[in-house]
Amino acid sequence: MADLVIEREVLIEAPVEVVWRTITEPDQMSQWFADRVDLVVEPGAHGFMGFGDQGGPVVVETVDPPVRFSFRWNHPRGEEPVAGNSMLVEFTLTPEGAGRTRLRVSESGHELRAWPDAEKQRYAGEHQAGWAEYLDRLASVLAKPSR
Amino acid sequence: MTAQADDELWSAIADPSRRRVLDLLVSNDDVSASWLAGRVPFSRQAVSKHLAVLEQAGLVSRRKQGREVLYQVEAGRLDQATRAMADLAAQWDRRLGAIKRLAEAAHAQATKSEGSHTSAQGDRHDG
Repeated sequence: MADLVIEREVLIEAPVEVVWRTITEPDQMSQWFADRVDLVVEPGAHGFMGFGDQGGPVVVETVDPPVRFSFRWNHPRGEEPVAGNSMLVEFTLTPEGAGRTRLRVSESGHELRAWPDAEKQRYAGEHQAGWAEYLDRLASVLAKPSR
Repeated sequence: MTAQADDELWSAIADPSRRRVLDLLVSNDDVSASWLAGRVPFSRQAVSKHLAVLEQAGLVSRRKQGREVLYQVEAGRLDQATRAMADLAAQWDRRLGAIKRLAEAAHAQATKSEGSHTSAQGDRHDG
């Protein structure tokens, strides 16, 4: 769980297979994600996600049922998404006892993937408390009278 | 969706060395590149490069005082960046919440139909 910009998780009272279907079946995806999901869940498949009158291309990266599903998006139209020009969204499903699943999602971007491991580790270490701390400090900066 | 301006912000902030420089600027207003270089484990040259990227992203600004160039953080822009991060996290929280509701409802329904009838149409359980 290193090298990430955003990482969130939730504990679900349903077995992994059910959670897997919820996150990977297009008609299910359209209920929690985009308004329009035009996607075949196969590695390398190109699809589209529509949000209202906006949207963009999506490329599936990993499909490893029922534990891992990832795709890239936010890359420039007409370009193939790679580490440097896109955001990677990764879902990880972990069974927690009988009939429970821990679902973790991460969205990481841009140069993060290309970092050497030492840098990633350092970032991960800073990252845990990082943003909350940042917001605190930021608040104190903002509280300063402006010149 | 991420706009071009956000991309610039994000990649400016994503680099841990730049975060370090930014951190120092958040807690110390009006400091020079040499002052910063004395407090980070990388070269003065690297500090200048990071400052240039941060400036490009609008996160820091510079002013001249005598012969010195002093840097300061642009609080409004930094606020915007942190808000973008918080928004993205909140967006994923909402999505995970929706997934949870959908999966739990689907599971509850499958358990119920398993209890009353053995094979509900279109809901196979192999193995």
